[in-house]
Amino acid sequence: MPIAEVPNLIPALPEIFMVTVAMALLMLGVFQREGDGAATVQTARWISYLGAITLMLALLLLLTVAGGRLVGFSGLFVSDSFAVFFKTLVLIGAAMAIVLSPAYLEHQGIARFEYVVLILFATTGMMVMISANDLISLYLGLEIQSLSLYVIAAFQRDDIRSAEAGLKYFVLGALASGMLLYGSSLVYGFAGTTNFDALAAVFHAGEGNAPALGVIVGIVFILAGMAFKVSAAPFHMWTPDVYEGAPTPFTAFFSVAPKIAALALLVRIMIGPFGELVDQWRQIVMFLSIASMVLGAFAAINQRNIKRMMAYSSIGHVGYALIGLAVGTEAGVQGIMVYMAIYLFMNLGAFACILGMRRGERMLENIGDLAGLSRTHPMLALAMAIFMFSMAGIPPLAGFFGKFYIFLAAIEAELYALAVIGVLASVVAAFYYLRIVKIMYFDQPAEPLNRPIGREIAAVLLASSLIIVFFFAYPAPILAAAAAASATLF
Amino acid sequence: MIVQALAFYMFAFIAVAAGVMVISARNPVHSVLFLILAFFNSAGLFVLMGAEFLAMILIIVYVGAVAVLFMFVVMMLDINFAELRQGFLHYLPIGGMIGLVLLAEILVIVGGWIMAPEAAKTAMAPAPDALTNTRALGELIYTHYIFLFQAAGVVLLIAMIGAIVLTHRRRKGLRKQKIADQVRRRPEDTVEVRNVETGKGI
Repeated sequence: MPIAEVPNLIPALPEIFMVTVAMALLMLGVFQREGDGAATVQTARWISYLGAITLMLALLLLLTVAGGRLVGFSGLFVSDSFAVFFKTLVLIGAAMAIVLSPAYLEHQGIARFEYVVLILFATTGMMVMISANDLISLYLGLEIQSLSLYVIAAFQRDDIRSAEAGLKYFVLGALASGMLLYGSSLVYGFAGTTNFDALAAVFHAGEGNAPALGVIVGIVFILAGMAFKVSAAPFHMWTPDVYEGAPTPFTAFFSVAPKIAALALLVRIMIGPFGELVDQWRQIVMFLSIASMVLGAFAAINQRNIKRMMAYSSIGHVGYALIGLAVGTEAGVQGIMVYMAIYLFMNLGAFACILGMRRGERMLENIGDLAGLSRTHPMLALAMAIFMFSMAGIPPLAGFFGKFYIFLAAIEAELYALAVIGVLASVVAAFYYLRIVKIMYFDQPAEPLNRPIGREIAAVLLASSLIIVFFFAYPAPILAAAAAASATLF
Repeated sequence: MIVQALAFYMFAFIAVAAGVMVISARNPVHSVLFLILAFFNSAGLFVLMGAEFLAMILIIVYVGAVAVLFMFVVMMLDINFAELRQGFLHYLPIGGMIGLVLLAEILVIVGGWIMAPEAAKTAMAPAPDALTNTRALGELIYTHYIFLFQAAGVVLLIAMIGAIVLTHRRRKGLRKQKIADQVRRRPEDTVEVRNVETGKGI
């Protein structure tokens, strides 16, 4: 074993910064003078502002450090443009979720500063996952992320649904981690290394020969564990309950950031070290993809609770993104990246609308409560309609382009069945998206919702709907970044 | 060599027997005690393999912390274990079936197992270059794997924050010890000398 050099910290600077600031904010919060309820709320509020600023600074740092492929910490950590792309999405998602949070938390009487600190830690975990270049750093990043998410899911601890969400997510997440670890140990046992580059070299050297059976079993277990984390069917059971029970701004965060990170990780590990074995895992990914698309389309139809509906919708979206992975080409990966970038803004926007649904002292979650929204809140209804049309994939909104690039990649790779099922599933899914638009615009208004909906919500709505509407006019930045980033994997 | 083999069979037998007793003992406290016995014997197995650091960690962490924690949980929570175990026979067929499937899978994998020739040698030499285990691990953990070490630390920190967030409640009317107030107290504030006349109260 050679003497280790001083580790190269530069690639991991954003992560180090995030952890340090998260700990500093934790200390700040803990050492606040104990006061009455109002003081706690105040502390929570300004710490959450600091948290949002931290995320933006980390983003700045990330973009400054970016450039080329930087490997740090004896090959455990890698920062390339693929990682930078996904980390940017995760940071934006986390920052928007933090901006949405304080008003809701204060209203529910659960405003505590730990919420933001945990979100910062979760975001750091996601960044470590995205940058993982070793099975062990993959697992540790995943645990940093999951552990924080378990706690935030149960944050509203006096509410039985939130406690149930936390517990359910914890038990199933632990099971998924176990499967992932078991798969990793098999891969290590048969390939003799955990480093992604070394694994790729091992499988590349054995080109032509079928890999050992143990490796394939290991890959299947890793895939199953990751499918839990991205909530792809048939590993989706926890999703609706957790989405429904967790505090709504957290659901907004939860439906985008961890999914983006886990999908990035899935792409990196499948295309990178296991890229040579694409014939072995393609069928599994295809099955996951089809099952998720079909389940997402059909199961959402019957939902009355809008958070549950969004859960099934997110399962469907993961299915579409997985098409890109099943294709396994550069175009496919680029499709995933564009899809996830657009999904981030669509979903955050839709959840911002849901956060605006409040009547009197109660938060509303039923789809029926949206009736006649166009007459009482024309702007909110318009924004919601934009997001729903975009999710259904109606041109010229951004959601259409996301699906377009994915299906294009599938057709180029001659996976026609996958593309056809994808299109059919999105037609079915369009039913429940458009039903919401119909309820908002054509049903008799119920009691009006509260006005105003709040500045933070309005800002997030405005930003995300502008991006969704005008993506077609100037898609170049996202497309170019995705193209450059996907090229680094091949 | 024969002593080593005998020691191995002793530790292995007791570990397995204790493991069986953990799940079959009627009294949950006995279960935990058997668990501790199983840990000690596994530690003995580690020592036989030359992994003395792991053996010590197993005893310190598992026996010292985890098992004692189990003991507290078992004794403080009033769990009716007899009731929990009632479903055992009921679920035996399906549980046994899943067990058989897993066994078959393991057999398939072991059947496809090809050991690399050099793997056997590395497995026999846990510590390179006649270093002690602790030193060999230390040289790796704090240099090549510093990133993982720190990340594991963050995981533990989050676990601690989570436990506090989910269970700590701030109640009103608590009487906390305020050391500053205690130190600041002077005798004059609290002690009063009175002249009490004989035969009368104050």
